[in-house]
Amino acid sequence: MTPHAVMQVLQVVALVLVAAGATVVVRTRQRVRLVIALSAYGMLLAILFFVFQAPDVTLSELTVGAIALPLILLLAISKVRKPE
Amino acid sequence: MTPKLRLWLFAIGAAGLVACYLWAFGGLPGFGNYPGPYGPEILKDAIPQTNATGIVSAVNFDYRGFDTVGEEFILFTAAAGMSVVLRRLRGERQQEQDHSPADEVMHRNVAPTSSALRVAALVLVGPTALIGWWLATHAQTNPSGGFQGGVILASAFMLVYLSGESIAFRRLSPVDLLDVAEAMGAGGFAAVGLAAVAQGLPFLYNYLPLGGSPGAVSSSGTIALISFLVGIEVAAAFILITGELLEQTLLRGGGRGGRQKEGSG
Repeated sequence: MTPHAVMQVLQVVALVLVAAGATVVVRTRQRVRLVIALSAYGMLLAILFFVFQAPDVTLSELTVGAIALPLILLLAISKVRKPE
Repeated sequence: MTPKLRLWLFAIGAAGLVACYLWAFGGLPGFGNYPGPYGPEILKDAIPQTNATGIVSAVNFDYRGFDTVGEEFILFTAAAGMSVVLRRLRGERQQEQDHSPADEVMHRNVAPTSSALRVAALVLVGPTALIGWWLATHAQTNPSGGFQGGVILASAFMLVYLSGESIAFRRLSPVDLLDVAEAMGAGGFAAVGLAAVAQGLPFLYNYLPLGGSPGAVSSSGTIALISFLVGIEVAAAFILITGELLEQTLLRGGGRGGRQKEGSG
């Protein structure tokens, strides 16, 4: 396979993974699991940006989408959770 | 409106959306074919004009620097607004009862952090801080910049918290200092831009000497300086935001107080 073909395969795989990841995020009902799924989805999105040759957006997505946003959501959930 | 009518209404709307969407798709340029004149021009001119090999940074902090100033102040305003709202709540709470945050941290009843997590987190603090610092100070030669570097720098502090050292986390991130750092970063960016105006140049014009050859750390004039300031601002803003949230979670009896089991839903 030529490098170009390899890149195209990677791009298609990344697109499919992102679509699958987004579906999982939407279908998850339990809150903490949802945040973990969202974090994994951020990771997949970062890979997508990388194989589409946008390394700067990859870094932003990794730090914000996969780490900062899930962290803030977890803290908020932990705060509003009802004591049992 | 009956459910049936509503469904029909939705069907008509959805059909219209799909039709417009497909029509718009037909007008898109082919995959990977960028038709505009701007991209090739930037690729041709960026290195001779700015001496920066990180062309994304050259675009972000020079060509469309005005846009980035706006983004910068979005984050600044968000962090400041959050501090205003949450700190007021904390003040009210402290009037109610004489507990300092540190006391609450000491007395809260949480599962002890496992040694594996502590060691892994502490080992990662140094490298993470180094990567963040490197990214924030090397925008001119890397496809990154202050924003990414700043967030990674902030996550080094998060690792300190994750390792169970929540008191060390608060001590490492004094709120007053963070407020000042955040303001200096955001204000410094604007000041660099206004300094150009004071010289009779356009706002955010790259007026500093462009330094040695392209790719040198000293190259690119204001680009490296602005990226550094953005890094400071972003790191401070993110530590402030997560710090405020952590404090809220620990202080106000949220979540971790009594080792509750995670409920469903």
